[in-house]
Amino acid sequence: MIKVQGLTKRYARTVAVDNISFEVEKGQIVGFLGPNGAGKTTTMRVLTCFLPPTSGTATVAGFDVLENPHEVKKRIGYLPETPPLYPEMEVSEYLTFVGRLKGISSADIDRRVREVTERCAIGDVRMKLIGKLSKGYRQRVGLAQAIIHNPDVLILDEPTSGLDPKQIIETRELIKHLSGDHTIILSTHILPEVEHSCQRVVIINQGKLVATDSVENLTNRLRGAEAVALEVASSNGPLDPAAVQQRLEQVAGVSRVLPREVKDGRLAFEVESLQGRQIRADLARAVVHAGWNLNELRSVGLSLEDIFLQLTGTQNPASATQHPASSTQHS
Amino acid sequence: MTNIWIICRKELKSYFASPIAYLLMAFFALIFGFGFFTATRDFVRFGFMAQMQGRNMPMNVNEQVIRPLLGFASTVALFLIPMITMRLFAEEKKTGTIELLMTSPVYDWEIILGKWLGALLLYLCVLGMSALNIALLFAFGKPDWKPILIGYLGLILQGGTLLAIGAFISTTTKNQIIAGGVTFFVCLLLWLLSWFTSYDTSGYGSVVNYLSIVTHFEGFAKGVLDSKDVVFYLSMIFFSLFITSRSMESLRWRA
Repeated sequence: MIKVQGLTKRYARTVAVDNISFEVEKGQIVGFLGPNGAGKTTTMRVLTCFLPPTSGTATVAGFDVLENPHEVKKRIGYLPETPPLYPEMEVSEYLTFVGRLKGISSADIDRRVREVTERCAIGDVRMKLIGKLSKGYRQRVGLAQAIIHNPDVLILDEPTSGLDPKQIIETRELIKHLSGDHTIILSTHILPEVEHSCQRVVIINQGKLVATDSVENLTNRLRGAEAVALEVASSNGPLDPAAVQQRLEQVAGVSRVLPREVKDGRLAFEVESLQGRQIRADLARAVVHAGWNLNELRSVGLSLEDIFLQLTGTQNPASATQHPASSTQHS
Repeated sequence: MTNIWIICRKELKSYFASPIAYLLMAFFALIFGFGFFTATRDFVRFGFMAQMQGRNMPMNVNEQVIRPLLGFASTVALFLIPMITMRLFAEEKKTGTIELLMTSPVYDWEIILGKWLGALLLYLCVLGMSALNIALLFAFGKPDWKPILIGYLGLILQGGTLLAIGAFISTTTKNQIIAGGVTFFVCLLLWLLSWFTSYDTSGYGSVVNYLSIVTHFEGFAKGVLDSKDVVFYLSMIFFSLFITSRSMESLRWRA
């Protein structure tokens, strides 16, 4: 559905997007992941024909963004980072305007407006001025605007930024509901968003493509090792941290033990396992055998967040695609 | 064609949803009404005096009331037009709604024409406030309607030109104040050009004089429809809208 090849966008002084290539299949939800200023918005703007690429090609539904922008625009619904709203308009008036602009005939427009207001749950504010709406409602009106002409492709730039947690969940649900009929690209720098709603991830950093894979593959690939938070105390006298650490390191399957904190005689550690080993049971046994109290034992598993940091970490971007499980750094 | 109309209607709605349209209309009605009052008062006094002195002076409403009034209106319009055009593109650039327009399946020239037409219709509404005064003249006198019509055509053409120039300036900035200020300055300059060169008959002077917006309006105010003036205004409108579209195109490359 979307094909990007060797896309580069250069501004006067900076290269915003540097030789990016990826493809999106019909019906997929793809998450565009990257820190602020990574080039997510620029890539989206190229796809929506707002900006022309400096070099490389991008096609949507077989139409090139440079040669056939009109056809591309007809097939794309776009929600920019700040929803493009006119505060002096009423919601239904605004949606009618956008719908007509996107080529919906005057005969169908009322029906379409009704459908999208229902779908985006903004029916109760239909007659309100957009300028008076709360941020969450505005975001939903923005979303309604993007889907009004039932486009093949939906491009959403940070659809949940600035919303409160409840609104974020609602927006996510809404995007999930939409996924059946539309191919969706959504950008974000918030990771749970990708984990929740996307099937594939495209990670970019400083304009370069870092990784593109399915969410499961990406997490599985990087989540071979287990990390466990452990807290030990003693009922008779203070413990020697070095001795405890040594004892823990002897447990089978442990790759390393990191001392975390010492407080009132309680010792906290973070223990990492070797690739594919379960160590929690053995750890618990070892602590109890030594006669210490086991205060806490909890798996801290690598989240997409860690993966993201590893992949986009500025220290060693070259090794980003290697298996970094053994060199995991927790902050 | 429908796209132009959709955008034009949206522009008009925006003008009338904010106080700006009403303010401009009220402001113009007040100023024009004041001009009308003094012009007719002087006209009546003058006629009265001529009668008292037993001299048979030729009195003509068209020449002595309407013509100076139309000139007055064209000057007042210079001040109003920046207030109409300053928001056209600058506001959309600031709020980001320009992204919506530019990623919709409409052509740039449709957006520009729609916006310009919307501004022109508001300008017509503002001018329309003077119709009441003119109607009074018809109620109490017998002015010739043809020169009035030509005069209004001139006002519309002059307004259209300045609106197109203002639209262009509005595409160059995100700041409405700057757009309005620069447009006002340019309007003023185009007006003043005729002052600088009114006695200069050299080739250089006549070129500058030709460029003055006001010079071309004089014929219309007299009730003379000269194709040369019409062509001047139409080509100025075309040229300004053309550079507006170039400016919008450059937004894509720079933005």
